[in-house]
Amino acid sequence: MTGPAILLLLAGLGAIAWVSARARALRLQTVARATGRRDAVHSLPGYHGWYVALWTLIPAGIFLAVWANVAPGLVTQSVLTDPAAQSLPADGFARSAILGEARAIASGLQAAAFNPASEALVEPYRTALTEYGIAGAVLALILAFAGGAYAFTRVRPDFRARTRVERLVMASLLIASLLAIITTLGIVASLLWESFRFFSMVNPLDFLFGVKWSPQSAAMGYGNKDAFGAVPLFWGTIFIGAIIAMIVAIPLGLMSAVYLTQYASPTVRKWMKPMLEVLAGVPTVVYGYFAALTVAPALRDLAVSIGIHGASSESALAAGLVMGVMIIPFVSSMADDSIAAVPQSMRDGSLAMGATTSETITRVLVPAALPGVVGGVLLAVSRAIGETMIVVMAAGLAANLTLNPFASVTTVTTQIVQLLTGDQEFDSAKTLAAFALGLVLFIVTLLLNIVALRVVKKYREAYE
Amino acid sequence: MTPMTEEQHNLAVDNPKMTARDVKVFYGPKQAIKGVSIDVDMDHVTAFIGPSGCGKSTFLRTLNRMNDTVASARVEGAITLDGEDIYAPSMDVVQLRARVGMVFQKPNPFPKSIYENIAYGPRIHGLAASKADMDVIVEKSLRRAGLWEEVKDRLQDSGTALSGGQQQRLCIGRAIAVEPEVILMDEPCSALDPIATAKIEELIHELRGRYAIVIVTHNMQQAARVSQRTAFFHLGELVEYGVTSEIFTNPRQERTKDYITGRYG
Ligand SMILES: Nc1ncnc2c1ncn2[C@@H]1O[C@H](COP(=O)(O)OP(=O)(O)OP(=O)(O)O)[C@@H](O)[C@H]1O
Ligand SMILES: [Mg+2]
Repeated sequence: MTGPAILLLLAGLGAIAWVSARARALRLQTVARATGRRDAVHSLPGYHGWYVALWTLIPAGIFLAVWANVAPGLVTQSVLTDPAAQSLPADGFARSAILGEARAIASGLQAAAFNPASEALVEPYRTALTEYGIAGAVLALILAFAGGAYAFTRVRPDFRARTRVERLVMASLLIASLLAIITTLGIVASLLWESFRFFSMVNPLDFLFGVKWSPQSAAMGYGNKDAFGAVPLFWGTIFIGAIIAMIVAIPLGLMSAVYLTQYASPTVRKWMKPMLEVLAGVPTVVYGYFAALTVAPALRDLAVSIGIHGASSESALAAGLVMGVMIIPFVSSMADDSIAAVPQSMRDGSLAMGATTSETITRVLVPAALPGVVGGVLLAVSRAIGETMIVVMAAGLAANLTLNPFASVTTVTTQIVQLLTGDQEFDSAKTLAAFALGLVLFIVTLLLNIVALRVVKKYREAYE
Repeated sequence: MTPMTEEQHNLAVDNPKMTARDVKVFYGPKQAIKGVSIDVDMDHVTAFIGPSGCGKSTFLRTLNRMNDTVASARVEGAITLDGEDIYAPSMDVVQLRARVGMVFQKPNPFPKSIYENIAYGPRIHGLAASKADMDVIVEKSLRRAGLWEEVKDRLQDSGTALSGGQQQRLCIGRAIAVEPEVILMDEPCSALDPIATAKIEELIHELRGRYAIVIVTHNMQQAARVSQRTAFFHLGELVEYGVTSEIFTNPRQERTKDYITGRYG
């Protein structure tokens, strides 16, 4: 039996359970109410319906989820016991290729076999798939019936179905939130694992402190020793994301926040704030081609005209400037929030001392809002160094260790993209280096976020 | 200037520091002060009393033009400080506020050290030529605010770490530090406990004579204790203004009497 059919069947069972449990509860409660005792009836009939329906669906659903993961293994096991499987090659790779093909044909994904060895296994596969499919469906239906029947026997006028349903709802919400956390943990685990593999080929110290980055040479067999020094990447990332972009974003973001909170009339604020926020919604790829096609050539021409050497058509400056503009809304909205959170009485106090508005801003409001602003800037930095599209399009690929903003530099994210696109073997140091880079990036952004949130939180408490 | 009507005032102020004539304040279309005329005396403490929303704070804030910071507020009429019109275009608001200091209902020290809180005003007005000068100003202001003994060993601690009463005295010290001529206090004790309140009242006694002081209060006993002149406001009007003891024992206006005896407000 196929998956969708089982699900439909289960849904039907659930609906029947709901309707019949509700009807039964209604009937029993009408009788109980007649006795006149106040506590004779607890929950509305609908809750009884849900209670039984959930008991019908959840155990069967869980079973199906588990089954979907276990069954393929069982199917393969049973196919391997088939006499036709005795002739399979011992080598793991060839073996799984043949099995995979046989399975694809058996389940109708592929029309004919390339490998004659697969042909013989198609039939055993087909029977095994059917057998286990039917077994799964039957077991699921039995579970659904058992669960439903158990719950149905508990329908009494004074049964606290409402409380139970509430608990089930809470449990399912908990599971939903756990799912996100587990996914994150899974990602981290895979990052750690692949990085570990990388570091068994390349010395971590060479990676973290080496200044020469040329994974291509490693791939061509010149050895891993001098190929994976990531310092130029780290430098490029910091140069673009934490220096150039911030030189643009911090003053502009802060000034626009000050203007919006202190000087702008309500009408101006009403228009300008959403417009700034739109800036945050522009897809980064749009910024990317703006940087690559408009800003970078203009900067190169400028550099050439004022006689700077080493100007490249892909420059740190172009990527950094555009990234800075992209980050402005983040800085300004964090700064806006924290300036607005400084109590009005602070401002009045300063003005009443005879301070001007700008003295009040620079000497009282901004210092008071500083922790919040710093938190915002840290979050912005962590976003900037993880930003990919702009640097891929505008920063270039040359791993230069340079202070010249007109030169081309490369970043961690650019190199990750570079290492993982195109045809790659999945266990070469070159590919695995991407995971090591990802791990470093992950750790740095995580730390930045933790520090930033701490700072912001501590500061919020001060005024509440 | 329109003279004050005898009916409103049973007092001719001998030494007026500030005068207000027919002052009207509007918040947008709404009128909050409806033609108030009053003289603020240099030698005495003046109390503003009246039910909530009658415009005491609003009127107080016209005296140092703090209402300028409220976009919707508009002031009409004439207010002078030492005979000089404070709403004249030539008046420098920054200078005015240095001469007419203000203490707010809720203590609002800056999130800076105690020292920096006091030094803030002198620094923006350039009153101290050197660090030593500033030290002198800080000590003198804190002494006048009756806070020196309590904080002299921790001037670098944050001003926000003090108790509410200490914070309020810090704010008074901060206002004193710029050598104002008038100090306006808007319910300075309403957020404080009785002991801290007693300290502030004592302080007001000591400051009297050196500065013209105006205090807004909801507390009749406090008005009676700290002030020598009392003005009763109601619905944006100045109902009665006179010697405190007379206002409390023998008010001329029915509305004043009703308020003082607790019939409304
Ligand atoms: N910023 C403002 N915008 C609009 N209306 C205001 C504003 N401030 C005060 N008002 C109005 O002006 C009137 C007088 O307010 P004000 O604060 O001066 O009263 P108050 O006598 O100080 O009251 P309280 O004793 O409660 O402090 C009130 O009706 C108030 O609603
Ligand atoms: Mg008030």
